[in-house]
Amino acid sequence: MSRTGETAPGVTARPAGAGGAARVPRPAGPAGRNPAWLVTSLVLSVLGAYFFVYYVPQNYAPSRVDLFTEALFVGLAATGLNILTGFNGQVSIGHGAFFGLGAYVTALMMDDRAYVEFAGREWGLGDGVPFLATLPVVAVVCLVVGALIGFPALRVKGLYLALVTLGLAVLFPDLTKRFVRGTGGTNLVGLRGADLAPPDWYDWFPDVIADPLDDYVGARDQWAYYVALVLVGLLLLAVHLIARSRFGRALIAVRDHEAAAETVGIDLARVKVSAFALSAAYAGLAGSLSVLVARQANAGRVETFQLSIEFLVALVVGGTATVFGPMIGGFLVVFFRDWIDQQQRLEDLFDSSARAKLLSPAIFGIGLIVMMFFLPDGIVGGSRRAWRRVTRRRSHPIT
Amino acid sequence: MSADVPLLRVAELSAGYGPVQVLHGIDFTVEPGEVVVILGANGAGKTTTLRAVSGMIPARGTVEFEGRSLLGTRPEKVARAGIAHVPQGRGTLAELTVEENLRLGAFARRDAQVASDVERWYEVFPRLGERRDQQAGSMSGGEQQMLAIARALMSRPKLVLLDEPSLGLAPIVTQELFRVLGELNRETGLSMLVVEQNAGLALGIATRGYVLEAGTIAVTGSAADLATNDDVRKAYLGI
Repeated sequence: MSRTGETAPGVTARPAGAGGAARVPRPAGPAGRNPAWLVTSLVLSVLGAYFFVYYVPQNYAPSRVDLFTEALFVGLAATGLNILTGFNGQVSIGHGAFFGLGAYVTALMMDDRAYVEFAGREWGLGDGVPFLATLPVVAVVCLVVGALIGFPALRVKGLYLALVTLGLAVLFPDLTKRFVRGTGGTNLVGLRGADLAPPDWYDWFPDVIADPLDDYVGARDQWAYYVALVLVGLLLLAVHLIARSRFGRALIAVRDHEAAAETVGIDLARVKVSAFALSAAYAGLAGSLSVLVARQANAGRVETFQLSIEFLVALVVGGTATVFGPMIGGFLVVFFRDWIDQQQRLEDLFDSSARAKLLSPAIFGIGLIVMMFFLPDGIVGGSRRAWRRVTRRRSHPIT
Repeated sequence: MSADVPLLRVAELSAGYGPVQVLHGIDFTVEPGEVVVILGANGAGKTTTLRAVSGMIPARGTVEFEGRSLLGTRPEKVARAGIAHVPQGRGTLAELTVEENLRLGAFARRDAQVASDVERWYEVFPRLGERRDQQAGSMSGGEQQMLAIARALMSRPKLVLLDEPSLGLAPIVTQELFRVLGELNRETGLSMLVVEQNAGLALGIATRGYVLEAGTIAVTGSAADLATNDDVRKAYLGI
């Protein structure tokens, strides 16, 4: 790379104070100290909070609230994948397996009939454990399993890593069939309504939050939605903090330039394995949340693979290496899928709802290609570029 | 550490890539406070030498830093021992801002003076201060080279390895760069091992130099001697 027209950077090797060099003024960042940006984000966050905290659970039918919960946990799994793929550059198409693992651990702990058959013994993994109590267990189990898979993943990169993780998605359903004894001896662990009922202490929440507005939030769908909303909020905050932390910079450095990362003292193996573990924990917790909506844990080859792809799609569509991108992508994926599934016109066109269902992935794929063509850096990246263009025009009008 | 132990002592160093051996047993030292330059044509083994010292490729022989062997040590451990490597092609992280790049340079440090060090290097490299919130990838080649050096200095190294800092830079930028490196060495006593093709500028700031030819040391001497050595002048100064 030779730049002949380059100007010399004004460098002066004068240590602090020598020439009385004035402190360099800090220019405003792209989003900082911009009144338009501040007002916009304030209005958007108030409206967003009202919509998600109050409007959705109070006004929508249970099936629609469940759809929002599903969008939240698909977005959460994509957020976890973002830690690994977006920030650390390790592509995984096997996160459906971690998602499934989380779902199974939660379901097995909550259910009193299902058990794991391992080493000639039956492991119940707990009976009637409350949902929230299963979450720390899921987090730890997925952290450990994620790290165990992260170690062999150190040896492979790029497409090869994608293939290895694909194997994970294919293998996981077979493992559940081999070891899990759920409803009727199958690998499906179904939960009863009583298992999924909100805990007793949840009753005073409606009094505090909703009674002044005379609404009811005691139902299962609303409980599931609120749990998902709180968990997602906390875990998004964590990603926001990680992205700006020492560990976050290390993730990006390893992704962009392994040699440079090593020369500043970063232990590549430790960073990559940590990313794998953390990412698996996010996907596992997303799987736990899915139990509240699906009322079961189940794994089939096709489903686990499809989920893994869905997480990747949500991540890429929303915007890799951004905090909110994967969550936005999760909502788009879930609602787009739902919308396609409901299209009566497709059904008329093909005289069969089964065929229309088959068509939905095809339309989904085409939509994805079109989207990537116009927004290669995802929704968040694309809107950032658009915003920059708008603000630049305003400050520097074309003359 | 006794005074007669060199900061870096390399002896009988052999290294290469897979079946291809590039270095055939080279010896050199860097004393505290010295700028040592390694000259050589393309393919002579300059970059390989630095990579072998910082543990990026397997090597045989002796590599001692402050009297302790570094051979077989992982690159991140070498960095933590006090050797900062500015790789060829700079290795700045394009997506991170200038400030984030500098903070990354202090990755191995756990003290509270990181922020004040960042400010210090902004004063030495004012262009970096002006662009602190800018993405590193959007800067010119010269600015990125400054950033790569400042990032290396953020680890408070005892020795900096510079791999062809002039690569791809305009002549005037290269001159500026070497002037800063020279001042850094004079004012802070920082030791440097510089690999360069631009022999004139490199010898201008160096104490001693080595000429590498096909993986062995061909000529060695003080910077002044090398600058007047006929063979060196013919081969590397184009005179």
